[in-house]
Amino acid sequence: MPGVPAAVAQLMDRMRAARAHRAPLQIVGGGTKGFYGEAPRGEPLPLRELTGITSYEPSELVVTVRAGTSLAELESALASKGQCLPFEPPRFAAGGTVGGMVASGLAGPSRLAAGALRDYVLGLTLLDGRGELLTFGGQVMKNVAGYDVSRLIAGSWGVLGVVCEVSLKVMGAPPDTATLEYEWDEARALGEMARWRALPVPLQASAWCESRLRIRLAGSRAAVLEARARLGGTAMDREAAFTFWESVRDQRHEFFAPAADELERGTALWRLSVPPTAKPFSLRGRQFIEWGGAQRWWRTAAPAAEVRAAAAGAGGHATLVRAADKSAGAFAPLSGELMRIHRALKTAFDPERILNPGRLYADL
Amino acid sequence: MNSPTQSAGQDTRDADSPALAARRAEVHAALAQILPADALLTGRERTQPYECDGLTAFRALPMIVVLPTDEEQLAATLRTCHRLRVPVVARGAGTGLSGGALPHRWGVTVSLAKFNKILSLDPLSCTAVVQCGVRNLAISEAAAPHGLYYAPDPSSQIACTIGGNVAENSGGVHCLKYGLTLHNVLRVRGLTAAGEPVEFGSEALDVPGLDLLAVVIGSEGMLAVTTEVTVKLVPRPELARCMLASFATVEAAGAAVANVIAQGIIPAGLELMDRRMTEVAENFVHAGYDLSAAAILLCESDGAPAEVEEEIAAMRRVLTESGATRIEVSRDEAQRLKFWSGRKNAFPASGGISPDYMCMDSTIPRRKLAEMLLAIEVMETKYGLRCVNVFHAGDGNLHPLILFDANDPDQFRRCELFGAEILEASLRVGGTVTGEHGVGVEKLNSMCVQFSPAERDRFLAVKRAFDPEELLNPGKVIPTLQRCAEYGKMHVHRGMMPFPDLPRF
Repeated sequence: MPGVPAAVAQLMDRMRAARAHRAPLQIVGGGTKGFYGEAPRGEPLPLRELTGITSYEPSELVVTVRAGTSLAELESALASKGQCLPFEPPRFAAGGTVGGMVASGLAGPSRLAAGALRDYVLGLTLLDGRGELLTFGGQVMKNVAGYDVSRLIAGSWGVLGVVCEVSLKVMGAPPDTATLEYEWDEARALGEMARWRALPVPLQASAWCESRLRIRLAGSRAAVLEARARLGGTAMDREAAFTFWESVRDQRHEFFAPAADELERGTALWRLSVPPTAKPFSLRGRQFIEWGGAQRWWRTAAPAAEVRAAAAGAGGHATLVRAADKSAGAFAPLSGELMRIHRALKTAFDPERILNPGRLYADL
Repeated sequence: MNSPTQSAGQDTRDADSPALAARRAEVHAALAQILPADALLTGRERTQPYECDGLTAFRALPMIVVLPTDEEQLAATLRTCHRLRVPVVARGAGTGLSGGALPHRWGVTVSLAKFNKILSLDPLSCTAVVQCGVRNLAISEAAAPHGLYYAPDPSSQIACTIGGNVAENSGGVHCLKYGLTLHNVLRVRGLTAAGEPVEFGSEALDVPGLDLLAVVIGSEGMLAVTTEVTVKLVPRPELARCMLASFATVEAAGAAVANVIAQGIIPAGLELMDRRMTEVAENFVHAGYDLSAAAILLCESDGAPAEVEEEIAAMRRVLTESGATRIEVSRDEAQRLKFWSGRKNAFPASGGISPDYMCMDSTIPRRKLAEMLLAIEVMETKYGLRCVNVFHAGDGNLHPLILFDANDPDQFRRCELFGAEILEASLRVGGTVTGEHGVGVEKLNSMCVQFSPAERDRFLAVKRAFDPEELLNPGKVIPTLQRCAEYGKMHVHRGMMPFPDLPRF
C-alpha cells in the first residue's frame, strides 16, 4: 500500500498470515503489563519497528506518535517543551510503549483531577483484526464526525485492533506543586477529601495508607500558595515528595508488590474502583487509597466473591491485579446486555478472534 | 448542509399515501394498547411542531409522536416499535444544528420532554443524577447553592437538554479548559432499541471491559436512547475576568492565539470574531467592541483572585507582544457579561442582517486559523455570498456563518457549495468536518470525504452492535456506500461550477 510505513506493512503481512491460519496473536510493546488482566496468549506480534514521534506541535497541544515508541522517549520530548501527559500513565517498569499505554488505558495519581487516558486521545490509526488500516478521530480538540471509536480503543487491551499511531492532547506541566501530609485515619481522610472536592483548590492527587494522607497541589504559584494556606497539613520535602508520587504512579511503592510467597499463600492485589464517597470497606488485609477515595487498592486474602460483592455493593467494580490464581477472572464480569454488545464489537473488528484473545474476557 | 436532501425537504407537503396511512393505523393501534391516549400524537397539527430541529432547512412529519412520562412507558414503546420494525427518533429540546432529530416519515418520534427531573445532587461526590430532558443550565442553577456548576455551556444552554448534549458531545466556549460533555459525564443510563435497560459508565471513575460510554457520547441517538445521566459538577471559580484584544490583521490574531497556548496558558475561554462579525454583534447588543479592528479576541481567565491576576498579566504580555492594538480587561462581572453578550448573540445577530444563514462547524489546527480566514474570503468572491466568522479559537472550532436568502434557489445552491468547500478545506489542513454540531443529516456527504469505505463500514458495524435492526435514528451520521458513490459524482461536477479558475489553497 502506498504511503504506509514499512513497519505497518509488515504488521499487515503478519495479520494476513495469522488470519489465514486462524492463529492468535498477542500484541507486544515493551512487555511491561503482561501481569495485568488475563494472561496474554498467541504468537507475539512485536511493535518494536513502529517507532518515532510523527509530529509534535507544542502550541497545538498535540503530539502524534507511533505505538512502539517508548513512553520514556515521549515523556522526555514533552518535558523539553514544558509539557506532559497530565493523566500520569503508570510505567510499572522501564521500556513500556505508547501503544501499551493506550491499550491498557491506565492512569496514575492525578486521574481524579486530570481525567483518564481516553480523555486525551484525539485520534488513532488502527490495524484491525480484518487486516485493514483505519483512522478514527484526528489531531484536533473537538471532533464529532462519526462515532468516537478512537476512545473506544483506549483501554481495550488490544482485542479490537493494533494501535499503530495515536494523537494525544498534551498540556503544560503545572508551574508549581506542593505535597502536604496529614496523620489521619481512613474515615477522616475520606471525609476531608470529600469536603475539599467542592472547593476551588488545585488538588491534583491524593494517597492514603497506614493512617497517613498525602495530597499534591499543582497549578499556578498563586493558586498553590493560596491552597496551602487553606488546607493546612505539613509540607513534604520536594524531592521526597517527587520520589513518593513516582513510586505510587509506577507501583514501585512497597504496598503494590506482595512477595511471591505471600501471593502463593493466597494474598492478592485488588483494585477497587468505586464512587469516591463509598464508605470504608471492612475487608481483611491492607489498603492504599487514591483518587480521593475513587481507587482503593487492597492486599487481601479475602475470597474473590467477597471483594467483588463489596465493590459492586458500593456501585463500583474490582479488578484482580496480582494473584497466583486468577481463575476468578481478572476483570469483573459484565451484565448480559453489555456482554452482547462487547461480543458484537469484537465480531465487527476482529471476526476471527485473532487479536489478544481472552486478554480482557475469555470469550472476546 | 453540503447537499440538498430532497427526501427530507419536501416530505411535509406531501399528502399521506395509503400505505403510510395504513402503517400509521397499525402502529398507533399497537402503541395505544400500552400508552395512555394523551401520550400519543398524530395528525399534522399535533405533529408539525416536531417536524425539524434547529436545522430548519430539513423537515419531515413524523408518522406518530410519543410523549412517554417514564422509563417504563419508553421501554414499552421501544419494544413495540422493535417488534413492528418501526424506526424511532428520540428528541430532546430540538435545538440541534445538524438535523439529528429530523423525524423519520415512517417512524415514531419520541419526545423526552417529560423526563425533566433532577433526581439527586450530591455536593460531596460533586455529581448530579438528572433525567435526560433536564436543561443544561438548570443543572448549574440547581448546583449553584453548593458553589458548584456543570461546566459545558453550549450557546443554547438555556434550552438544550442534557440528553441532547450527550447525543452530540456538546462543547461550549469554556471547553478548552473544562472539557466537552465526554469529560463531564460519568454515567449514562438508557434503553437499547429493543427496550432493554443498559448502563454505560458508572459513578466510579471507570468500568470493566470496553469504554462504551465514550462511544455512546456523541453517537447522535444512533446507539441507545438516553434516559438518565450522572454529570460531574465542578467548583465555581471565585473570579472570572475577560480580556478584549484588537488586532489589525486576522493573521496577527491567529498567531496570538497560538502564542497564548504556547506559553502554557489555558484560558477559560478564547474566542475570535472577524471584523464583520464584530460589527454585526456590536450593532445587536452594544458590547463595546472595537470596530476598527480586523479581528478581536476574547480571552477569559478564571480561578482564585491571585491566580486570575497572574494569568491576566501573562496573557496581556503575550497579546501585546503578538501585536494587539488595544486591550481592555473587564472591571467587574457586569462588564464581563457585556463582553460575552456579543459573542453569545453572534447567531441571532446574524439572523438580523440576513434572511438566512448557514452555520459551519469544522475544526482545524489552531495554527491554520488565519490561513482559513483568508481562504474563506476568497470563497466569498467565488460564490458571491457574504460570510461572518466566529471561532472557538482556543480549540480551533470554526463557525463561519454564510449569509444567504433561502427564497433564491441559486443562493441556496451556492451557499451549499460554499459550505462544502469550507469543510473540504478544513479536511485538507488536517481538521474535521464537525467539531460540535454533529453530522446528523447535514454532513452525511462530508463523511464520505473524511472517512474511507472501510472506516464507514466499521461505523455501521458499531451501530449494529448496539442496534442490530438499525431502528434508532436510521439514515443519520453514517452515509451508505451508495450515497457516497453518488456524492463522488457530484465532486466531478464541481469542476464545472462558476469561477472554476479561482485559486484554491
